Amino acid sequence: MTVKHADLAEKFIADEPRTDWHDDTLWFVREKRDKAAHGLPEWEQLREWASQIKNNTLSNLSNYLKEFEEKAAANGIKVHWASDAKEHNEIIYEIILKHGIQKIVKSKSMLTEECHLNEFLQHQGIEVVDTDLGERIVQFRKEPPSHIVLPAIHLKKEDVSATFHEHLKTEKGNNDPQYLTEAARQHLRNKFVESQLAITGVNFAIAETGGFVVCTNEGNADMGAHTAPVHIACMGFEKLIPKADHLSVFLRLLARSATGQPITTYSSHFQKPRPDQEMHIVIVDNGRSKQLGREDFRNSLKCIRCAACFNTCPVYRRSGGHSYHTAVAGPIGSILNPNLDMKANADLPFASTLCGSCSNVCPVKINIHEQLWKWRQVIVEEGYVAASKKISMKGMSFVFSNPKIYRLLGKTGRKVIHFFPFMVNNKLNPWFKQREMPSAPKDSFHDWYLKNRKN
Amino acid sequence: MSARENILNAIAMNQPELAELPVIDLASTIHYEDSFIQFKTVLESIGGKVELISHITVLKDKLATDKTTGNFIVNTIEALGDVDKYVALLPVFDLEKVEKAYVKGTLGVAENGAVWIYESQMINRLIPFICQHLILVMEKKNIVSNLHQAYQKIDVEKEGFGAFVAGPSKTADIEQSLVIGAHGARSVVVFVIE
Repeated sequence: MTVKHADLAEKFIADEPRTDWHDDTLWFVREKRDKAAHGLPEWEQLREWASQIKNNTLSNLSNYLKEFEEKAAANGIKVHWASDAKEHNEIIYEIILKHGIQKIVKSKSMLTEECHLNEFLQHQGIEVVDTDLGERIVQFRKEPPSHIVLPAIHLKKEDVSATFHEHLKTEKGNNDPQYLTEAARQHLRNKFVESQLAITGVNFAIAETGGFVVCTNEGNADMGAHTAPVHIACMGFEKLIPKADHLSVFLRLLARSATGQPITTYSSHFQKPRPDQEMHIVIVDNGRSKQLGREDFRNSLKCIRCAACFNTCPVYRRSGGHSYHTAVAGPIGSILNPNLDMKANADLPFASTLCGSCSNVCPVKINIHEQLWKWRQVIVEEGYVAASKKISMKGMSFVFSNPKIYRLLGKTGRKVIHFFPFMVNNKLNPWFKQREMPSAPKDSFHDWYLKNRKN
Repeated sequence: MSARENILNAIAMNQPELAELPVIDLASTIHYEDSFIQFKTVLESIGGKVELISHITVLKDKLATDKTTGNFIVNTIEALGDVDKYVALLPVFDLEKVEKAYVKGTLGVAENGAVWIYESQMINRLIPFICQHLILVMEKKNIVSNLHQAYQKIDVEKEGFGAFVAGPSKTADIEQSLVIGAHGARSVVVFVIE
């Protein structure tokens, strides 16, 4: 493993006012989610329905996928299957070559981030223009998105202004979001008009109809998909739902959980290509079928990518999305990514306080915090934790199972903190970082209890 | 074996025992006493505008006035007069100059301010998205309380494309400041006919 969450988080929190801003802003989004959720008396019922629909989907997925493929093909959509990221990228490259395409616009798709499509195409000399405002900002800066719904949430308007001044020749020092958004609107309208291929993600694909739904607030998916002569929609196979009626449950939950909006501005239902258009769907596995077989972790595949778990997470809010060094950050990313590469992502399940807030806000009731805890055990068993952690865990296990030693060490510890505070208040103690050590009580709880229990 | 077979086989092998689908009980979902007021309140809270009109002739006059401004105005509603059918085949380069579009909506959803539009009502899929300003027209009796009821009334398979549109295009990608008019329409006014 080259980089770890803790090291990257340390860099992020070096700027304290910015860390506080990040923390407060995401908490504000979480509060908007609460307000929207509390506005519906049936909210908990909706979560339960969504969870059950997804459970049913996962339990009958192979049939649903065949049904979807058949219906989509009958509607004139070309369906492709990709076992992994490489196949996904190659399928898209082949379509590009076949049509001699040079101008590509792409709306938000976490799957294409997961597959590193942009980098792959860049190596072939092909440029992709990301059209979601936040994604365009980070693309100009050669950064990955730091949040799956709010890709540029780690940046301040001054940063965006400087980036746009460099790439779009906007006025230097003009930080007005209205002005900057207008500049992006004009710049991207030109890109839409000349586009030859539009790539989009998929929020929901419907087995019963062979159609799919794409949700945006900006309208960028529609501007691309209805303009370009070729449209490729990319989806992980878990985006499937059985029936069109089920869209009501998921669309009611998605935007409320994500940003507190009652629905996204645009919920576009694609059924057939335009008469002059070619429409493709790429269905991707990339480790998902393996995850489906892991009983403890399979229901991570119920995720609808709302990012409610990001916004509520005390670790995400104070460490930033880039510290997770993966396309999907946050609590959900920390239970999905170890499946993709356990060694490279062994640190992620430990980037959590296991407080359980993520599970409480999840609209499809994924037991995220329990899975984080279970991944820790798998990762330790597979030998992917640092030796120091392993030894200290063994040591703690020994201490905690020997009451006499535990009491002796507790007593010694309290004395040390009391008489020699410098022994713990120093840089060698990682618990001293960003914290004052507490003053030690005179007695342990055990001593106190023995003295007081008679009363 | 092809990727398709590999994937489907792996899924079939790994998927859990069949779990039943839930029964969605519409009676337990939210219902508004006055769904028009709810629709208006919600849509105006997300940047749209709602105006109640007694008769469609009000809009006829409005469209006629708009057309005298010299701006590129598109009408897709028969009841308002000549329908601009030619936009179906208009190149995007020209569509990009549409200032205002009049489009009929099938129904409105009180809980979220969304209006369902079928492709046939748009004439060209791009129209509601590429225009600078969007005028939507629908009847008051077609406002339903929630999305479950909406999906009972629409048929997503009927046409090649359809969309729920809830207010103007927006973004908060720059420091969470709400800006109206990201890529799509800068304003949306829904005229509701009594």
